[in-house]
Amino acid sequence: MTGLQDRLTPQQVEEFGREMDELRARIVADLGADDVEYIQNVIKTQRGLEVTGRALMYAGFFPPAWLAGVGALSLAKILDNMEIGHNVMHGQYDWTRDPALSSQRFEWDNVAPAENWRHSHNYIHHTYTNIVDKDRDVGYGILRIDPAQKWHPYYLGNPVYATLLAIFFQWGVMLHDLEVDRLVKGERKWSEFREERRRIGRKMGTQIGKDYVLFPLLTGPLAPLTFAGNAAANLTRNLWAFGIIFCGHFPADVESFSEEETENETRGQWYLRQILGSANITGGKLFHVLSGNLSHQIEHHLFPDIPARRYPQIAGEVRAICAKYGLPYHTGPLHKQLWSVARKIVKFALPGSGDSTPEPATVERDRTPAAA
Amino acid sequence: MAMRTVVRRAATRPGTLPSSLASLAERLLTPHGVDRYLELIDPMLVRREIRGEVVALCRPTKDSITLTVRPSRAWQGFAAGQFVRVTVDIDGVRRTRCYSPAGSAHRDGELEFTVKAHEGGLVSRHLHERGHVGMVLGLSSADGTFALPERRPDSIVLIAGGSGITPVLSMLRTLVDERYPGEVSLLYYARTPADVPYVEELDELAARRGVRIHVRYTAADGHFTAEHLRRVAPWFARATTYLCGPPSLMESVRALYADTGISEHLHTEEFTPPVLTVNTSEVGGRIRFARSGVDVENDGRTLLEQAEDAGLSPEHGCRMGICFSCTQRKVSGVVRTASGEESAEDGEEIQLCVTAAAGDVDIDC
Repeated sequence: MTGLQDRLTPQQVEEFGREMDELRARIVADLGADDVEYIQNVIKTQRGLEVTGRALMYAGFFPPAWLAGVGALSLAKILDNMEIGHNVMHGQYDWTRDPALSSQRFEWDNVAPAENWRHSHNYIHHTYTNIVDKDRDVGYGILRIDPAQKWHPYYLGNPVYATLLAIFFQWGVMLHDLEVDRLVKGERKWSEFREERRRIGRKMGTQIGKDYVLFPLLTGPLAPLTFAGNAAANLTRNLWAFGIIFCGHFPADVESFSEEETENETRGQWYLRQILGSANITGGKLFHVLSGNLSHQIEHHLFPDIPARRYPQIAGEVRAICAKYGLPYHTGPLHKQLWSVARKIVKFALPGSGDSTPEPATVERDRTPAAA
Repeated sequence: MAMRTVVRRAATRPGTLPSSLASLAERLLTPHGVDRYLELIDPMLVRREIRGEVVALCRPTKDSITLTVRPSRAWQGFAAGQFVRVTVDIDGVRRTRCYSPAGSAHRDGELEFTVKAHEGGLVSRHLHERGHVGMVLGLSSADGTFALPERRPDSIVLIAGGSGITPVLSMLRTLVDERYPGEVSLLYYARTPADVPYVEELDELAARRGVRIHVRYTAADGHFTAEHLRRVAPWFARATTYLCGPPSLMESVRALYADTGISEHLHTEEFTPPVLTVNTSEVGGRIRFARSGVDVENDGRTLLEQAEDAGLSPEHGCRMGICFSCTQRKVSGVVRTASGEESAEDGEEIQLCVTAAAGDVDIDC
């Protein structure tokens, strides 16, 4: 596979970086009332779905009402975490100076405290994207997802760990922020995470309190049904978020990098790594919104602080720039990308797979360099 | 001798939920909180945040607007002379400016803001052009030390120029409302009669016992002199004086009080809009990290680098403007971002790693 540094000449990388900077500047200059109206409408929809879901639990004895309640609440949690929470916490709306849209103040409907998540996600993952041993999202510290990760008999359980992570995803994210894997290995001490643990304790209390104690109790004799309904909504959100996020960086053709090749990176090289290390998912408008526009993972990684509704608008241009420089633009439908990730999880459970021939391309790519 | 103590009304309003019910609602609606749901029904229903709805307005002069604003339930009143931070949304961005309510502090169920549209003034022009009944503004609680003390002085001089009339008019109306027994005089400067936003009110107030008001037009009568002051308040040397207006007026009055040796009787409020033009090719000024109490000479590098060199260790991450870990609140001052954009907004959140100071800057860090 072509290395990161020798894909383009240094001049080409600089030129490519400049084109990306220009694209970014153009969007930033255009931000305004429309972007605020959009996110406010998503928030209104989310709050409406949430209230509807909670209310339907009072009719939980009637199965269609219970199901509809779970559906509404699941959608509310998905919107809250993906299109609102993830994006607001990236600082995509900090320019509005609205405290309710401030990356530093927003808290999401998820057991992982926003502040812990911002560190592990915004900083570690987005800065060191796909650098093995630096980006802790490569395998989330518990999976082997890349041939550069050394095999160990522990990884035989790869498919089991992945399934459990999907089911308990919000708890996985919460523990991931705490770097539990490194605590277990003794690489870090519990005492280093006092602040994080305090925040987790408080957040767990409020989240469990509302979903598993207060709302069930308020429905009186229906409490067990409400409890189950809330658990089902959390589960749906977990599975959905896991699916979308794992399709962002782990499909077969997405590349990973070593610390050496990414040392002293220029801005252009950083952009390049974001493109090579991310994959999009194709789909309709509603699908994009429910994925928090992470279906435009490439555009998100290039410009993590630009409002996500802009990603579909610029995707064509980004793809054209990639084509111009002969760079791949990984994309494909959800089922294909998920299948590709699932195969990888199974394949890397076994030793020796690192040397095998590359996966057949399951993703569309634009490999043709522009006629020069 | 009649010193009066003003008792602030307790903020009990109809429709306040019992606190146990409110706290249950907060627990159910965590993490966003009750306000984020209530505001979707009606922006004025918020419980914790303070907002105000414009219930009446007029344009008393060609470049000013007077808004009558009914505050939401969290409003706790103000002392005459204090200011309120007023927030409006302009093309998606929240903008905040300080305005002093001009009405009596005893009638705080409705606040009156008179705003003069400055040339190039983003918020003042927006309010002047777009202000309408039903408009909802963000409000802060009242703030500022430029206010009538609870034990009222025996005699009071109020001096104002231009839009500096608002805090001192609030003082005057408050005193009249409480039948203040002492003497109070107002000396007010406007450019021409057409620039006075409160003509009728001032006439009416001047008819009250113990109140004297002189309005001077700088276009005809010239600027502040000791003579003007003596005419309206020959006893000014033993009074407490409250002064608010443009820099030139402030300076002349300060000089007179200093010469007379009564500077300690003079209370002032700066009312000038922030100076936006900064020569960015030159580096200078001081950076104050307010929370840490550290103060350094600005050398033009990013605020993060300078903070670290000063021995502080603010939270940070990528150092390239993408992760927002180093976001802190700027109290005041002009800053320049990596893209060369300048911003003088007070209280805005800035990323330390890609922002430099253009002159004096105060950061809450």
